Amino acid sequence: MSKTKIVDAAAYATPLPLRHRIRGLSDRTIAWIFVAPTLILLLAINIFPLIWTIRLSFTNYRANRPNADVKFIGLRNYERILTDSDIWQTMQATAHFLCWTLFLQVVIGFALAWLINRKFKGNDLWTTIIVLPMMLSPAVVGNFWTFLYQPQIGLFNYLISFLTGVDPSSFTMIGEVRLAPWAIVIVDTWMWTPFVMLICLAGLRSIPDYIYEAAECDRASKWRQFWTITVPMVLPFLMLAVLFRGIENFKMFDLVTLLTGGGPGSTTELTSINLKREAFEKWRTGYASAYAVILFVTIFGLASIYVKALNRVKDR
Amino acid sequence: MTSVSAMEPGRGQKWLAAILVAAYALLTLLPLIWILSTGFKSPADSIAYPPKLIFEPTLEGYVNLFTTQTRQTEEYLASHPPGNWYERLVHDKGMVIAGPSRFGERFLNSVIIGFGSTFLSVFLGTLAAYAFSRYRVPLKDDLLFFILSTRMMPPIAVAIPIFLMFRAVGLSDTHAGMILLYTAVNLSLAVWLLKGFIDEIPLEYEEAALIDGYTRLQAFIKVVLPQATTGIASTAIFCLIFAWNEYAFAVLLTSGSAQTAPPFIPTIIGVGGQDWPAVAAGATLFLVPVMVFTILLRRHLLRGITFGAVRK
Repeated sequence: MSKTKIVDAAAYATPLPLRHRIRGLSDRTIAWIFVAPTLILLLAINIFPLIWTIRLSFTNYRANRPNADVKFIGLRNYERILTDSDIWQTMQATAHFLCWTLFLQVVIGFALAWLINRKFKGNDLWTTIIVLPMMLSPAVVGNFWTFLYQPQIGLFNYLISFLTGVDPSSFTMIGEVRLAPWAIVIVDTWMWTPFVMLICLAGLRSIPDYIYEAAECDRASKWRQFWTITVPMVLPFLMLAVLFRGIENFKMFDLVTLLTGGGPGSTTELTSINLKREAFEKWRTGYASAYAVILFVTIFGLASIYVKALNRVKDR
Repeated sequence: MTSVSAMEPGRGQKWLAAILVAAYALLTLLPLIWILSTGFKSPADSIAYPPKLIFEPTLEGYVNLFTTQTRQTEEYLASHPPGNWYERLVHDKGMVIAGPSRFGERFLNSVIIGFGSTFLSVFLGTLAAYAFSRYRVPLKDDLLFFILSTRMMPPIAVAIPIFLMFRAVGLSDTHAGMILLYTAVNLSLAVWLLKGFIDEIPLEYEEAALIDGYTRLQAFIKVVLPQATTGIASTAIFCLIFAWNEYAFAVLLTSGSAQTAPPFIPTIIGVGGQDWPAVAAGATLFLVPVMVFTILLRRHLLRGITFGAVRK
């Protein structure tokens, strides 16, 4: 850093016209020219729409009737959403999905990372294979899973019946109220466990060997080493993984839409799917906008609280 | 203690770990193998019970994927003998090929939009990342956080006004509209990742160039960019994969001319329900490039998926 300052100082000591000749554009100009296109595009395609959403959320606008007159109705949309029992049901479905996917992915992901860290031969190959699903298109993969979940002919049902002896045509993972919430948890876990695994692996690899060696000298048991060294050192990484997965799964749309479409009934209708229905099928644009604002505030609020907690763990 | 470090696990432990991990990897791979193999099954084989592992491979799924077909009478079929292998395949079912399906178009759309938005986001992202990495930009941390926070919005939530906005300016269902949209979504990733990569390039190189009489811009183009090639390439692949896989915006904002493959593949319908071999064929063609890229990227994977927060 200090070296740039010397260069800067030299540049600023030079008379202006000469400085321009020597250094071309000034640093400040270059910085702004470089940053501006990004900021302008983000303002146009992210912030402007967001402000528009907030404005629409106070109206009764309907996008399929662009010529009808728009009335400002104050907080009516918000009031209706927060007192709507259907919306609380979708929130419950989202919470179920969120908690179980996070739980399973953390447990399986950590266990896998812990095993891979044994540094056996060929662990790179297996890691690469395990990672494949998370990079694939959730829509295309989700659609194909409906085939695996077919009651008679599906591979999933066949394997379950092979392992447990249950008749493969006796259950429909995505058609039954009892099973559908688990069907989406299974596919999401299949897809995203590697994400948690990779981050945990980085955490495990960041622990220097000498800490364990010191513990060994102090005759700490393996069990104790695990709980007093491994877990606390990996925890910040694990929490980061949970943050990413939490945000992504709160927004979950593509995978679940193609798996169940929110059905049967509305058992797997997560908030994003519900929102899409309000906005693009019922065309209640104003109402859906208020819904979107509530979701965004929720995600943003929860994420900020979480990041605070994460920083506290990191600093410890 | 022996010469082996305390961390080095025993052989038995290694074997057990290897077996467990391999078992999980194979389980993970099973749905993907199923996609690959279903693409080469005949419709009857694809829905056989018990599921068939060994079958006679056919390209029927791929032919169905790329063509539309109509049923014809016996006389018509007899008077129009098939000219080549794929016409014969269709002919044997009592059908004739009526024309190409829309899959080719959709795939091409995915390629155009994917590469277009990748190029734009990497171009803009590199400039912004360089500025954030090397200059004192006012409110730097706030701006960087703002750029990241754009990723927290549920796509459906911004889709409403973007839908209205695109409708108003005539961008709905166009390549340009989708390229701009995906660029905006990818920029956060591009800026954060590239900033990390550029931060790692020692300042000394640029200073040496400046002392040699380069301007800042020249130093950026001739010294920093060549150093950042790996970072730029892996960032580009991440952006490409995102644009390639994106579904929510594509399904809401495109319908005809600019629709990409992900919303199209699930709508491939055969006679009486989904034509699974054709769906699997489409999925295979669509997923394999991403798998290849993932394998190429494996060293930078962790960095990409965490926006540069975790670097190995």
